[in-house]
Amino acid sequence: MSQINHHISDALLLEYAAGSLEEGWSLAVATHLALCPDCRKRLTLMEATGGALMEDIEPERAPDAEKASWESMLRRLKAEPVEQPVSEPDTAQTLAVNDQAVPEPLRSYIGGSLDNVGWRRAGIGAAQYRIPVEGDINVRLLRVGPGRPLPEHGHGGRELTLILHGCYHCDDEAFGPGDFSEEDEDTVHEPVVTPDGECICLIVTDAPLKFRSRIMRAFQPLLGI
Amino acid sequence: MTLCLVRTGRSRDVASFERLFVYFGPRIRSYMLKRALDGPLAEELMQETMMMVWRKASMFDPQRGNASAWVFTLARNVMIDNLRKAKRPQFDPNDPAFVPDAPEPPDSHFEQDESAKRMRQALSTLPKEQAELLHMSFFEDISHSMIAEKTNLPLGTVKSRIRAAFSKLRSTLGEER
Repeated sequence: MSQINHHISDALLLEYAAGSLEEGWSLAVATHLALCPDCRKRLTLMEATGGALMEDIEPERAPDAEKASWESMLRRLKAEPVEQPVSEPDTAQTLAVNDQAVPEPLRSYIGGSLDNVGWRRAGIGAAQYRIPVEGDINVRLLRVGPGRPLPEHGHGGRELTLILHGCYHCDDEAFGPGDFSEEDEDTVHEPVVTPDGECICLIVTDAPLKFRSRIMRAFQPLLGI
Repeated sequence: MTLCLVRTGRSRDVASFERLFVYFGPRIRSYMLKRALDGPLAEELMQETMMMVWRKASMFDPQRGNASAWVFTLARNVMIDNLRKAKRPQFDPNDPAFVPDAPEPPDSHFEQDESAKRMRQALSTLPKEQAELLHMSFFEDISHSMIAEKTNLPLGTVKSRIRAAFSKLRSTLGEER
């Protein structure tokens, strides 16, 4: 993996650290985290912040209830099988070189390899594959040919892009494998794939017709999105 | 607490685990109560979290973080499974496609219980409005756009305050090291 230049924002990473992020967004965040030690380090600081804030809670003192609570805990401990410390599962396995582009958790979602994904045509020189997740979030892989623009895919809400293979340029900036891009309704961007090869990325957006904001819902028919 | 957690993991020592329970139990219960708003359920989720602490204590690595951070991640995952009933995709450090950390320089290790204390001290230096946003992010089940609505702040301000908070925390903790 080459150097990663575009990372997850503090705000988004915090939502992941706090456990407030839905499955679809988390999939893009966690897959970038698998590729990016820098963002994992920032996540660790956020989890330590969560730990410190939890530690700072001054709990109510109710000695009798605490005693009963510990006794109930002890009963559960005794009901546990005698000695079964959980150890790290050994998932070490060998991967074909092409599959190295797709780390967990994304790999399990697409059933292994980018080559075997059931690509469907999406406009000229592009194909996509939809990944089913919970909720009103749209998750898909997009595969775009060399020199071509990425098809318009946003719906005006939050939009996350993680590059898995190849490169594109956007507003004079280069995005390559592992790079993460985060857009919202205020940004207009027109990424164009570099001429030297195709680009495959994971794109997560709010599903259409499901805007939280009433204003956006009102404008939706006019905007044609 | 870090020592108790290590002992619980290494020797299945119930006395060490009881100290963890007495310290973290009520805090986890309060955390769950903030999210669940239901006393008996918060108690049940606290017990479930402490059960995970008992089962997974041998996987805790004091080189990689302090006890409260580790216990928090277990509590958060129990909360997601049971309250949000959501899936939370996670990276897998044993995955061959996982890009591992660069080796740490040898002088970067520090006393972890102290690190928990320093973390709390660093938090106490944050401006009030930044600290409040962190509280809301961790203890209320709402997104940042909902926080923006609730606090009457533009979403951009919420995001820039979060960025400012972590950049201050990073520099406070980095400078002391």
